[in-house]
Amino acid sequence: MNRCAWLVSMMAALLLQGCGEQAPQNRGVYLLMDTSGTYTKELKNAQQLINVILVKLDPGDSFAVGRIDTGSFSEKDIVAKVTFDDRPSQTNQQKRHFRDSVDTFVKSVKSAKFTDISGGVLQAIEYLNEKGNDRKHILIFSDLKEELPNGYVRDIPLQLEGYDVVALNVTKLRSDNVDPREYLDRLEAWQRRVEEGGGKWRVINDMDRLERILGG
Amino acid sequence: MGFSDMFMVVPNAAASVAIWFVVLAVVLYFARQPAHQSIRSFVRILHNALRLAASSIMSAEQMLQARNREVLLAAGREAAERMIEREFERVEAMVHKDLAEYPALQRQVSEEITRIAEDYEKSTNVPPDPPGWSKAVEAVAGIPVKGDPMVGQILQDIHTSLVKAQAKAIEEYRKSSLMRHAVLKRIMPYWQNVQQVLTSVDKNITSVVERSKAIGRYMDEYEEILKKSDKAVRVLSASALSQFFVSALVLCVAIGGAMINFTLIARPMAEMVGGQSLIMGYRTSEIAALVIILVEVSMGLFLMESLRITRLFPVIGALNDKLRVRMIWITFSILLILASVEAGLAFMREILLQDELATSALLRGEGMPAHDTANFVWITTAAQMGMGFILPFALVFVAIPLETFVHSLRAVLGMSGVGVLRGLAMALRFLGNVFRYTGGLLVNLYDLFIFAPLWIEGALKGGSRERHDRDGEAEGPEPMTIREVSA
Repeated sequence: MNRCAWLVSMMAALLLQGCGEQAPQNRGVYLLMDTSGTYTKELKNAQQLINVILVKLDPGDSFAVGRIDTGSFSEKDIVAKVTFDDRPSQTNQQKRHFRDSVDTFVKSVKSAKFTDISGGVLQAIEYLNEKGNDRKHILIFSDLKEELPNGYVRDIPLQLEGYDVVALNVTKLRSDNVDPREYLDRLEAWQRRVEEGGGKWRVINDMDRLERILGG
Repeated sequence: MGFSDMFMVVPNAAASVAIWFVVLAVVLYFARQPAHQSIRSFVRILHNALRLAASSIMSAEQMLQARNREVLLAAGREAAERMIEREFERVEAMVHKDLAEYPALQRQVSEEITRIAEDYEKSTNVPPDPPGWSKAVEAVAGIPVKGDPMVGQILQDIHTSLVKAQAKAIEEYRKSSLMRHAVLKRIMPYWQNVQQVLTSVDKNITSVVERSKAIGRYMDEYEEILKKSDKAVRVLSASALSQFFVSALVLCVAIGGAMINFTLIARPMAEMVGGQSLIMGYRTSEIAALVIILVEVSMGLFLMESLRITRLFPVIGALNDKLRVRMIWITFSILLILASVEAGLAFMREILLQDELATSALLRGEGMPAHDTANFVWITTAAQMGMGFILPFALVFVAIPLETFVHSLRAVLGMSGVGVLRGLAMALRFLGNVFRYTGGLLVNLYDLFIFAPLWIEGALKGGSRERHDRDGEAEGPEPMTIREVSA
């Protein structure tokens, strides 16, 4: 009888090993959307990106979309945020509502005069730290050209330990075409800043391969 | 002062090597005897230790083999008893069913035979009685007419009457024959009934005879097992091995079925217990699905046990019949409920899947799935529900291979243990012998290193012996003592 119980437990272990998968760690994703200047034209791509991210997220994950405007270090700049329910059916409903919220925002968005990317990143760090997800991703959908109004202090070291920072659709400005070093310097400066903060830096400009975003 | 300084006795390296070689050879030569003894003692210790270990392993192997033999014989005896018991139960059922009807059958046969006898009596061919007046008529008819027309007329009338009487008698005879044939025809079904009854009796008797032959065969096997003969052990070992592999194969198939079952219900379970909470690193929903499957397997085991198909739990087998029947119904009801739950979960899974597909399609901007595909969704839904309902009942039968596997596993593990111990003992013996001969080799190598002193020793000994022999020859043989002579 003991042997029988042993066999049944062995079968259980086999089944769990065979069918069950180790539960993935939950993810926190914060997407920063640049709404300054001419970059608002790219927001359609941002919508597409958000939909792809929504497809990839699972129950238990957190997702927030924040805008980059004149002063981005504010809760008011969070366009939509959600922590998906444990139940898959509820998660699907939340995804649909999230998509609707972003659609509404994109339709009514107005271009900002300045571009406070650092403030947005700080807001993202604060939000994701509060959520306490196992894996944290900050996605920056911007040309990475920071323009701050007078008096704004953003020369602050970023605490990005355990963060995966991905720059998406980093478009080239007219001045970049004149002197490409500006573009390269911009990317390098952000990479240095992120890596000095302990984060991992990546750039994805190919919008046809958005599936890779959360892969790393 | 380094090693090289110590090594270089003279400035020339070759000369230093030679000097060291000579010194070492001399030292080793003087230490030859104790060195040889040490080497021999050391390898003897190793050899003996390994031999001792090998012999203890062999005795353990003997014990294990004896235990295996006992286990095999006990298992075989139990199986044979079970088979004989089953055969007797079958024979008892047959005798109870068929022989209980024998009094009625006998009465039926005797009634049929009585009827047949009566009918046979009725059908006896009785010739019609000849009319009593025929002789008188014959005498009158013999009167000579002698030209008397009156007498002629009378005789003519008599003749006519006789012909009529004859015709009537023939007709009556035909009627009675017809009746007798009818009676004989009526006997036929009775004969057929009797024949059918006797055929069925014959069939039952043949079946009983066949069963008795099977019982005889099992009894022979049982006697062999009781005698603890080697033949019985060999047969049982082969049987245990084949049972082990066959049951392992069937269990693998059952595990495959359980995996499919798991896949069917794990996803919708997330709707009930949440998809993210963890127990021991695994999702709670997956553990819940697994628990349901294991409960089904357990219920299947209990059901099979209550039906006395398997004998894994003696407590259940020992229950009285009333309790056992109750247990059958309880376990069956739980299984039915779980199967229904699984069918519901399978349905839920399909709904969730559709919802997820629709959401993904919406987010990707692909629109809703094609109408034609949606029309056939009910087929997959029904198939999933059907599988969800049937698989728990299919898993019930896991109990049979599981029992065989558990029983044969003991024998197979024992046999494997014997094999491993035997191999280990052989390896230890081999190692012991390797050490033994290595000792001899080391002694020879030692002597090879000090060949020069040994050669000198040999030469010196050879020279003194030669001298001794020569002196002996010159002096003649030593005179023998009186004791040596008398001896």
